[in-house]
Amino acid sequence: MVLARVVGTVVSSAKEPRLEGMKLLVLEKINPLNMEGTGSFVIALDSVEAGEGELVFYVSGSSSRQTELTSGKPTDATVIGIVDTLEVGGVSIFQKDRDAT
Amino acid sequence: MILARVKGTMVTTRRAQKAQGARYLIVTPCTPDGKEAGPAFVALDTMGSGPGEVVLVSQGSSARQTEETKDRPVDAVIIGIVDLVEEKGKLVFKK
Repeated sequence: MVLARVVGTVVSSAKEPRLEGMKLLVLEKINPLNMEGTGSFVIALDSVEAGEGELVFYVSGSSSRQTELTSGKPTDATVIGIVDTLEVGGVSIFQKDRDAT
Repeated sequence: MILARVKGTMVTTRRAQKAQGARYLIVTPCTPDGKEAGPAFVALDTMGSGPGEVVLVSQGSSARQTEETKDRPVDAVIIGIVDLVEEKGKLVFKK
């Protein structure tokens, strides 16, 4: 799984029927060691109602079809969790209430 | 599988239904002698490993082939804690 920040949403009216009603998020991958964006972006389906600015993690490949919402859908990336806190090297480097943008 | 070093822990309360109960760690890929190499990522822990330890990580659909991760949205799972690594007959890593 990869840590990322929700930086936007994609609207697409002409899409594969099985994607009807699904929310498409624009994610920027985050380096969890310094919390900086890597400049690399990915579009992922949302399974947890994540909002812009939130720190999330997503699952890739065939595993991204293993949630109830994404089963049988043509996705290769799905957000499966919203991060509350992150501790690296014994130091708290992220707390949702404190650091959310 | 790759070798990785455990760097940190992550708490998440809102997550996909099939991701409940899992424990996630931040890990960095590393060389056989334990030097970090490559961008850090999130792995599900089935072994009770802790920060600083070198672990074995299985990725992709193979990450769903453990009892704990079967049919779950997981693409990286810790499947072992490394005690030692030998390279070309020499001990290059010891826990």
